[in-house]
Parts: sequence; structure tokens; C-alpha cells
Amino acid sequence: MDDIDGPELLGLWQRMVRIRHFERRVSTIAETREVEGYLHIYAGQEAVACGIIPLLRESDWFTSTYRNHGHAIARDIPLEAIAAELYGRVTGVCQGKGGSMHVADQHRGMIGGMGIVAGGLPIATGAAFAATYLGQDRVAVAFFGDGAVHQGAWHEALDFAGLFQCPVIFVCENNLYAETTAVDYHLLAGSVADMTANYRIPSIQIDGMNVFAVREAAADAIDRARSGGGPSLIEAMTYRYGGQYEGDTQTYKPPAEVAHWQSRDPLTRFRTIVAERQLLKDAQLDEVEAAAAAEVTAAFATAAAAPWPDLSLVTADVYTTY
Amino acid sequence: MRKLSIKDAINEALRQEMEADERVLLFGEDIAGGAGRDEIYPEAADAWGGPFGVTKGLLAQFGRRRVVDTAVAETGFIGASIGAAIAGLRPIAEIMYIDFIGTSFDQLLNHAAKLRYVYGGKVSVPIVVRTVAGAGYRAAAEHSQALYSLYTHVPGLKVVAPATAYDAKGLLIAAIRDPDPVVFIEHKRLYMYEDDVPEEPYTIPLGSARIYREGHDATLVGIQKMVHTAVDAAKLLADEGINCEVIDPRSYSPLDTTTILASVRKTGRLVIVDESHPRCSLATDIAALVAEDAFDALRAPIRRVTGAHAPVPFSPPLEDAYLPSVDRVADAVRSLMTKPVASRA
Repeated sequence: MDDIDGPELLGLWQRMVRIRHFERRVSTIAETREVEGYLHIYAGQEAVACGIIPLLRESDWFTSTYRNHGHAIARDIPLEAIAAELYGRVTGVCQGKGGSMHVADQHRGMIGGMGIVAGGLPIATGAAFAATYLGQDRVAVAFFGDGAVHQGAWHEALDFAGLFQCPVIFVCENNLYAETTAVDYHLLAGSVADMTANYRIPSIQIDGMNVFAVREAAADAIDRARSGGGPSLIEAMTYRYGGQYEGDTQTYKPPAEVAHWQSRDPLTRFRTIVAERQLLKDAQLDEVEAAAAAEVTAAFATAAAAPWPDLSLVTADVYTTY
Repeated sequence: MRKLSIKDAINEALRQEMEADERVLLFGEDIAGGAGRDEIYPEAADAWGGPFGVTKGLLAQFGRRRVVDTAVAETGFIGASIGAAIAGLRPIAEIMYIDFIGTSFDQLLNHAAKLRYVYGGKVSVPIVVRTVAGAGYRAAAEHSQALYSLYTHVPGLKVVAPATAYDAKGLLIAAIRDPDPVVFIEHKRLYMYEDDVPEEPYTIPLGSARIYREGHDATLVGIQKMVHTAVDAAKLLADEGINCEVIDPRSYSPLDTTTILASVRKTGRLVIVDESHPRCSLATDIAALVAEDAFDALRAPIRRVTGAHAPVPFSPPLEDAYLPSVDRVADAVRSLMTKPVASRA
């Protein structure tokens, strides 16, 4: 973390608190049913998106999942455009046509959120393949959860990436649950990092609650990919504070487990580390957090008041030409 | 003009588009062959050119960088094609047999077909998926299906299926240049079908039907290979004084409804010949279209001549019985000619 200066540190903090406050607000509007449909919140996992995505260039690519708000916020997509997408409004980043599960902004490198478990891995791998083919200095990242490793798409993407040495970084956000199913039950290999040996893909398991640990591993993986070293995998151990979706009663989570992971909260952790090292003052952090909370409030107010899409959009953009 | 087989016309279209555009490349299983043996058995490279030899010779010209033999992992390379297309390439992926789509359908169904829409029109996925359909090859139930309607059902995918070499070349070049995902369906029993093909590249617009034969008594719509069966039936019927118009839609999505409806308005009778299973098929779809939009023009019920609602059997006499025949088509038309014409007010 010695490579980070004050403004960059504050930028990391800003993204993490934006995510936390954004997702808190999402929980509220899910409860009040102000927004319809499925909502999957990222709270608890902030250190993963914020440790990796700011290190990517805007010309790099990444794919996300249905739990994508954190990735979008870490990529600096305007909060208002993300919120409006959740509300299904035309001012949403995808005109409201994708909704919460399909936030995307390819101009910033976010290929998009995929609604199918492991669906993004082959696509990110293909984007990485294209970069090599075109002689471009671009890398790709595929985010996925621990449940994805059982999908054929997961194995086929690693197989393809290994065979053609694509500059792709597979990032597992191991949040201990595949929907409601505990990782100690479903993950026969014990760890996702242990599953890449068959594909000769180097891997590392890291503390996904510490943004600096994530950043260090990500920097290595990105360097490796950019310098022709091929694919790698990061398994970030983290925790999903919410349920699989908003409305999930989470009866399957032991209270002691919740308490344990909340004691390792990535935001608290950040505060502790920067205080110990005297890098930032509490007042600075408080100021940024208060500003983020206000931005979130404003973004949701704007989104809620934004117009619905014109009904002609039902059949728009199915094809480019037809 | 020179004659070319469908197989060679497809090969030529691929070659010309790869020559013209560096972004065009091929992914597939054994589309060259001999991968990993180039050094010790150089003569084994390009051993196959795909199971039907369609891509043979492209390796020598374009190398393994652009003729990419993948592992037997369709989800991996279809998904990678989607990502590569978003990132600026024009990938052409080969699903060795249409039956194998089950292993990778998620990538086409939920990603290729939908990303443009769910992302609000900001991205397009210009991939071509080449694949091979059709019975009559003694290839049994899992290598013989004609799953046209599985793809046609999905908004976001375009679906084309040529029945002549001229159409194969023009439609494939159009598909490669198209900004959207196109499923290009070849028929294994038509690869050696020959007709006149210009040497220079040309395109046929997706969504334009071809009229094989004009007539005024009945309209026969033939789906891919079945258009030739329909033409043969039409020849037979012409000797009996029944003049059939024969149409090949060539493209199922988009579908040239104008040509089909205009023909039925002229003839008042419709027989659709489709070797697929009858339920939720193209035959059913076209029947519904005509029933909705040209009911007043019909002088007899619509008839579908299709494969059975059964897997394709291996046993040769069973497979032959499974498929529509010239006689079945001709009988269907004859049955319409003897139907009493509904009286009109």
C-alpha cells in the first residue's frame, strides 16, 4: 500500500462508502417495495471491487454478475444512472431495460452484469483473447461468486484461457454462500484457488475484507496479464451481508458467523489501517462518507422522479438492423 | 458461370471475408485438424477442415492464429466469441452439429441474443455461429436434428439456412458483415449440391425469400433441403395440371412474410414442407402467419408436411419414412385441390 498517495486513498474510501450507502438504500427501497424485481446487494464485499477495478484502465474489460452494483460504482459509473436503472427509468445506464442485474457501461470497460451464474467468464476470456489478437495492451477481469465453479462455463472459460494464454484475471468473490448453500458444503475442493491447477492457472486466496490485500494481489495479476504472463485467479474471501436477494430471510446464517465477519468489516478495516499508519484523519474520512451518503440520497431521489421509458422501447434494440 | 458446391461456396465466402477483414477469424472443433502435431506431422495439419471438409484449406492461407482449433468445449468458445465480438473482432464459431447446441445454448440464448437489448442498445454482438442440421445421413438421433425453430424463437438472434450454393455464399457474407448474432445453418445432405456461383463477393439481404418456381394453384414453402423436395413435387404435379409456386424463405429470422403472404393471396392454398418435428416448428409458425394475415384468401386448409414427432431413427427405412417425401408433399397438395372451395358471400 506504499504506492498509494492521499488522494488515491481517499478515492478508494469514497468508492467503498458510496457502495455501502447505495446498497443500504437499495435494501430500504426493496423493503418499501418502491422498486419491483430482484435486487442483490454487494454490502460486505466492497473491498473486492474497490481493490481491483480502480487499478484497471478504462480500456480494460470486465464482466460482472447479477450482484453488480458495487462493480459499477467502483468503475465510477454515475450513481444516478445506476439508481435509475434499478427503478427502470429511461435515464438508467441501460435505459431501464436491463434493471439491477444488467448494469453495464462498455465505454468504461464494464461489459456488464450477467444474470446467469458463470455466464461472464467465457465472455471476459473472449475479450482478453481479442486484445491479444489485435495486439492491444488490454486485460479483462471476470467477477463471479463461489457458486459459479460448478458450472461448465467456469471450467470451459479457464480451459480456453489456459489453452490460449488469454490476459484475463478470474476473480472469485467467495462470500461463503451460493444462494443459500454454504461453501463448506458445496465446494468439494475446499478452496476455489485449489481448483485451477488442472488448467495450469496460477491462483491465490486472499483476505477479501482488506482492500489493500486485494489491491496487492490484483496489481500482480494485472501485471502478469499485461506483460504476457497469461491468466490467473484470485479467490477473495469475503462475506455477503445481505441475503441472496433482498427479501431472503437468511435463516441459514449462524449468528456467530455474521458477527465474526462483521468484526472484519472492510470499511472499519480501512479506517483502522489508515489511522494506524497515520495516512488519513478520521475527519477526512467522515467528510467523504457524509458526502457519499448525500450523493446517494440525491441519486435515488432523482432516479425515483425520472421518466419511464417510452413504450416504443419494448421492441427497440433487439437487433442493430432487422 | 462456374458451378460450385455449397461446401465450396461456404469455403470461398469464408476465405474472401477473411482476406478482406483481419477481424474475421474462425473458432471451432477440428475446423483445421491436427492441432498440436504441426511440427512432427506438418501434413496432418488441416487433416479435417471440419467433419465435412468445409473449412479445409483455410489453415494454409491464414494460419492457426485465425483458424483456431479449440477444445471440445462449445460454451467456452461460443462465450469467447461473444466477448471477442464486443472487443472488436468478427468471430465465426462452428458448432459441429446443430444437435450439440445443448452444450452451449446458454451463451447464445442468454448472452449473445440479449446483451444489446438489456444494455440499452449500447453494444452489439457481431458473431456468426455456423452449424450443420438435417437428417438423411444415417447419423441417428443426436447428429440429425433440424432445430431451426429453437433459434428462430429467440429475439436477438438472426437465423439463415441456404439451400443452394449461390444462396450459401451470398447469405454467409451478409451474415459475417451483419452487426448482430447470426446462426448460419448448413445442411449435411446439401453440401455437394451445385449451382452457379459468381467468383466475386456478393451479399443476399437477410430476410429475403427466394421464389423457385411460379404457379397459381398452390404455394409450397420449403424449409432448407425440403425446398428441393417441394420443387420435385411441383414438377410431378405440373404433369397433372396443378401449378405450384415454390418458395424458400432462406432466412427464418427475419422472415420475408411479404413474399409468403403475396403468394398465398395469389394461390389460395398453402403447404409447408419442413423436416423438423411438427410442434412449434417453422411450419407451424408460417401456418399461423398465413391463418392470421391471409385467412380470407385461403381456399383450403393449410397443410404441413413435416418430420415425425419422434427422434430421428437410425435404421435406414425408418429414417426415410421419418422424412417428408416428394409423394407426401404431392399428396398433400392433391388433397387441397379436391377440397370444396368455401362459398363466399
